[in-house]
Amino acid sequence: MTDLLRTPLHDLHVEMGGKMVPFAGHEMPVQFAGIMAEHQQTREKAGLFDVSHMGQVIVSGGDWDRIAAGFEGLVPMDVLGLSKGRQRYGLFLDESGGILDDLMFANRGDHLFVVVNAACKDADIAHMKATLEPDLTVAPVTDRALMALQGPAAEAVLAELNPAAAEMLFMDVATLDLAGIEAWVSRSGYTGEDGYEISVPAAQAETLARKLLAHDDVAPIGLGARDSLRLEAGLCLYGHDIDTDTLPAEAGLSWAIQKARKAGGAREGGFPGAEAVLAQLAEGPASKRVGLRPQGRAPMREGVELFAAETGGAAIGRITSGGFGPTVGGPVAMGYVPAELGAPGTVVHGELRGKRLPLEVTKLPFVAANFKR
Amino acid sequence: MKYTEEHEWLDADGDLVTVGITAHAAEQLGDVVFVELPEVGSEVSKDDEIVVIESVKAASDIMAPLDGEIVEVNEAIVDEPGKVNEDPEGEAWFFKIKASDLSPMDDYMDEAAYKDFIG
Repeated sequence: MTDLLRTPLHDLHVEMGGKMVPFAGHEMPVQFAGIMAEHQQTREKAGLFDVSHMGQVIVSGGDWDRIAAGFEGLVPMDVLGLSKGRQRYGLFLDESGGILDDLMFANRGDHLFVVVNAACKDADIAHMKATLEPDLTVAPVTDRALMALQGPAAEAVLAELNPAAAEMLFMDVATLDLAGIEAWVSRSGYTGEDGYEISVPAAQAETLARKLLAHDDVAPIGLGARDSLRLEAGLCLYGHDIDTDTLPAEAGLSWAIQKARKAGGAREGGFPGAEAVLAQLAEGPASKRVGLRPQGRAPMREGVELFAAETGGAAIGRITSGGFGPTVGGPVAMGYVPAELGAPGTVVHGELRGKRLPLEVTKLPFVAANFKR
Repeated sequence: MKYTEEHEWLDADGDLVTVGITAHAAEQLGDVVFVELPEVGSEVSKDDEIVVIESVKAASDIMAPLDGEIVEVNEAIVDEPGKVNEDPEGEAWFFKIKASDLSPMDDYMDEAAYKDFIG
């Protein structure tokens, strides 16, 4: 794994018995105690995730309104209406409205703080630099680690280091002093649980991680459980559930496009692919992303083709994420089906090892979110 | 006890051979969540994929290590796949095969050779 990048927490992962694997150009822990145990740990207490491979970017230049107006040219979100100290889920789109990446962006007063997916980071930065007006500066943050503390105990754990953490609500962002370390904290995550994402200077990341892990309720969590947690939470994984072939509405992400940017809104359109994106929003997509519960015990994973009937007919869609849901206690999946087969309760069939097995279309998420709103 | 490169163990009593996966394989697979076993009475050929085993991470197949007839399968691991992680070389055996040709047994590894094989 010589060509792979290492995060500031690499040595700590190895020390804690993390099984290291290549992921998006980085050497990352896929598991520590085991995926099932780590999953339950996060749902029941708290888990600490290293997400330093993700891209952290600062967009600055001028006041908030200038930055926000510029960024609105890149995303179909209401950026101008985002209050200071608040974060929003966003999408970068191509000229056809296909999704280039999904991201989080926050109003941190004099700048916009963006967190993007590891595999898309270089392309996203190039896209921002190429598309934003030259008076705005796009600065990758390369000297900070990013970790996530997730689970019902996360608030109490972080509040021991700074009581202000408990005062934050879901999608709030703040700069907090955590044991003397300057941390950029957001109350968000990728597990469906309450929790925080914490950006800290690389040199102090291990110190903070050790402090958090010293708490009885916290254990290290690898990429394996991160995937099963987000799947149960119904959250998209870029490159699997969403990509340049999917538009926001069919991906079930219409909620992420605020009124101001939709047809008839104060700042309608004005983002890449606006025509196609708004047309699909208005007319409804031909196919859509849905939750799927295999009726048997066999997990159905990404790539399994879906059929309307048990025999005959062409494929109508495919599974884009799937596996075993430890909290659900059975197999869970997400995939695309024609809109007319997208109502909860509809039964479709997935072809697994030559056999068509039934799946029921299910509302997402599979496990109710536990956010502090 | 004999071992295959596919990480199966074979415990022969005459031509009746009990087959399971090794502790090393179970550990590599991680938490097992699904097992599909062959039908009792089915005739299988060596290298047929006759068992599907899925962990939280991935799906994998187990091949018939010998030609023969499946005479018994362990339904307990279908009901509780987690047993494969708990006791892979004991209670969580997979199937028993009445071998029609035991000669491949000579090529399979003994315990010392298997230990070397997995390093």
